[in-house]
Amino acid sequence: MLDAIFITEKGYKPEFWGILSSLSAPNPHRLPSSVAREDEHLLVAAAKKGNATAFEELVNRYEDKIFRLTKNITGNHEDAEDAMQEAFLKAYSHLQDFHGDSRFYTWLVRIAANESLMRLRKRRPNQFSLDEPVEGDTDLMPRELEDWDPSPEQRYAHVELQGILAEIIDQLDPEFRIVLILRDLEELSTQESAEALGISISAVKSRLLRARLKLREKLNRHFRRGTLN
Amino acid sequence: MNCKGVIRELSNYIDGDLDPAVKQELERHLGHCEDCTMIVDQTKKSIEILCDSKPVELPSEVRSRLHAALRRKIGPVQT
Repeated sequence: MLDAIFITEKGYKPEFWGILSSLSAPNPHRLPSSVAREDEHLLVAAAKKGNATAFEELVNRYEDKIFRLTKNITGNHEDAEDAMQEAFLKAYSHLQDFHGDSRFYTWLVRIAANESLMRLRKRRPNQFSLDEPVEGDTDLMPRELEDWDPSPEQRYAHVELQGILAEIIDQLDPEFRIVLILRDLEELSTQESAEALGISISAVKSRLLRARLKLREKLNRHFRRGTLN
Repeated sequence: MNCKGVIRELSNYIDGDLDPAVKQELERHLGHCEDCTMIVDQTKKSIEILCDSKPVELPSEVRSRLHAALRRKIGPVQT
């Protein structure tokens, strides 16, 4: 799938270009990304002309975030490292196919997500499928309803909260976890996430809803009023 | 709209992705349903907390191996 994405412009279906052109569409519910830097396009342009230092600067800039992405998707350190490395190498090899229709980082996320998914599928061939039909809404109603403090995250030290979040993400089923990571952590749009995962927009939305409800439910156990640290 | 309808549209509502008429209907329900209001607020807060999480630092040995692989592929970097 990844190779198909990167082949030259010739032969692409029109909807693919529609998706590419929408990659920079703003996401209404989030804050401006701290990732975007004004000089990114200059670095990309220099890297495309063969400037290895410029490409290495792009790697330096995004390696932490890409590693978090591959680690969160694969749930495995070794696969995460492989997927990250392969993502950067593929990005370099296919740099000429990046036309700036999206942010470089978004393009990179899509490559890294694909690399991670390939490894996850290999490791757990029978345990998850993104192609399963979208589930019904019969069991969506949240069961745990309790008040939270106004700023519940302040009850935990930063490191402790990071640990709680990492554990919660890891506990989510992969098909929900991946969508939550791409949409809410890596800031891909619904359409970008659907394209990256090769599933329908309605499947992305359905999985995102479940993942967000699950995230709330699990955080509720830590944040409900009266819970001791 | 009932509670089930609110939960079904929760993500679209948070993402600002709802048709204005549906949004109005949903907000009318929130006006009198404390449980749904709590779920909406807590889900928003959960996403906010997730978004605020910082990436873990890349282990130095993983970083070294990445840059070594890149150099093998693209050649030495002038500094």
